[in-house]
Amino acid sequence: MIPRYQKILFAVLLLGSLVMGLVLWQLRERAHQRLIAGQDLAPTSAPEVAPAEPATLMVASDSDGSLLAQLHSLPLPADSGARARAVLAKLLDLYAASDSSHPVPGGGSAVLQVFLLPAPAVAANPHAASPPQEQSQTGPLLAVVNLSGSFAAGHPSGIETEMLTVLSICGTLHANLPRVTEVRFLVDGQPRSTLAGHADLTRTYLTGDAPASQGAQP
Amino acid sequence: MAGAFALIVVSTQPSFAQPAPPAPQARFVVVLDAAHGGDDTGGRLANGELEKTLTLALSVRLRSLLQARGIQVVVTRDADGTVEPDQRAEFANHLQAQACLSLHATESGSGVHLFTSSLAPAASARLAAWKTAQSAWITRSLALAGALNSALQQAGMNVTLGRASLPTIDSMTCPAVAIEIAPDLNAGHPALGGLDDPQYQARVAAAVAAALVEWRAEARQP
Repeated sequence: MIPRYQKILFAVLLLGSLVMGLVLWQLRERAHQRLIAGQDLAPTSAPEVAPAEPATLMVASDSDGSLLAQLHSLPLPADSGARARAVLAKLLDLYAASDSSHPVPGGGSAVLQVFLLPAPAVAANPHAASPPQEQSQTGPLLAVVNLSGSFAAGHPSGIETEMLTVLSICGTLHANLPRVTEVRFLVDGQPRSTLAGHADLTRTYLTGDAPASQGAQP
Repeated sequence: MAGAFALIVVSTQPSFAQPAPPAPQARFVVVLDAAHGGDDTGGRLANGELEKTLTLALSVRLRSLLQARGIQVVVTRDADGTVEPDQRAEFANHLQAQACLSLHATESGSGVHLFTSSLAPAASARLAAWKTAQSAWITRSLALAGALNSALQQAGMNVTLGRASLPTIDSMTCPAVAIEIAPDLNAGHPALGGLDDPQYQARVAAAVAAALVEWRAEARQP
């Protein structure tokens, strides 16, 4: 004859075992779900690389103070702002190279952002013939180039060298994005009086300021 | 009415009995602006010298040469002090100078760089905007740059002409040119043609002085 308290103890232990088994099974299911979810996040296809396209860079030369158009092939994003940043990054990479005709340290990382906005002349004219939305899609653009503070601090000082940097940036933007007609500069997101003591960064530059020059392959 | 007309005609006739006094010689003033100064050191040159020091030395040298040629010279600074760009332009505009030269130095490039304002030429207006006051003087500034270019090239120097946006020049109401001196890479010897070469500085200053003498002669032509 089994005592009653042993029967109760056996029933409790059996119930506990069943509950623990259930909990264990649920934990296993959750771990399995997490594993499956992780597998879903894993890259299953290679990222699409933008196809290489020809880009015109207005490359400055300190020796004769000129800008020379050079054709380069580089992957360019579809978005206009990212495209502008990519061509300027390439231009500043050329300047940072050891054999540069216009040596400026910093490289492509010096271009923090390029913002494209409707040019003020268009934005300020609400009575224009075409609707504002259409104007913003086809009208002239103002490019705001945000450069890094380290780039400005490390830029060689001088009227010619600073103006060449500014004009080559303006010319390169216009050559690849013809709608860009005006350019303004920020340094670390703030207005700055000059690039490195000479070239005025408070004004709006017209892309027509950049002198025309002959094309060349690098 | 006829009498009044006759009176006017008579009053405008020159007097033969007493010759007219010679027209007073037009005053010719040159403003020399040694760029930077004080806290604004400008660029650091290859020999460790600061741009503000070299521009001041060049200003002193050029002032001596011009005064020796009878030209009235006023400088924006004759010591190492801070002068804001607007103060420099205000100073030059009060003097109504016939030539305003802003002196700079750089290690980039070669020879002498001459810059005029990149503002578009505009007709002279009674009230001019401060930041674009130079636009009415662009034609004269380009002519002054041409005179400087001729004199410097005659002295055997490599000259680069350009347009630039410089706050000081853009606000000046006088023929204004920024002269930026770079090392003369064609000097033929590493020791020659550097910015710290006194002979090179003297050659540049002499050529600029010769150009201003020529500019004065042109300004005095009727």
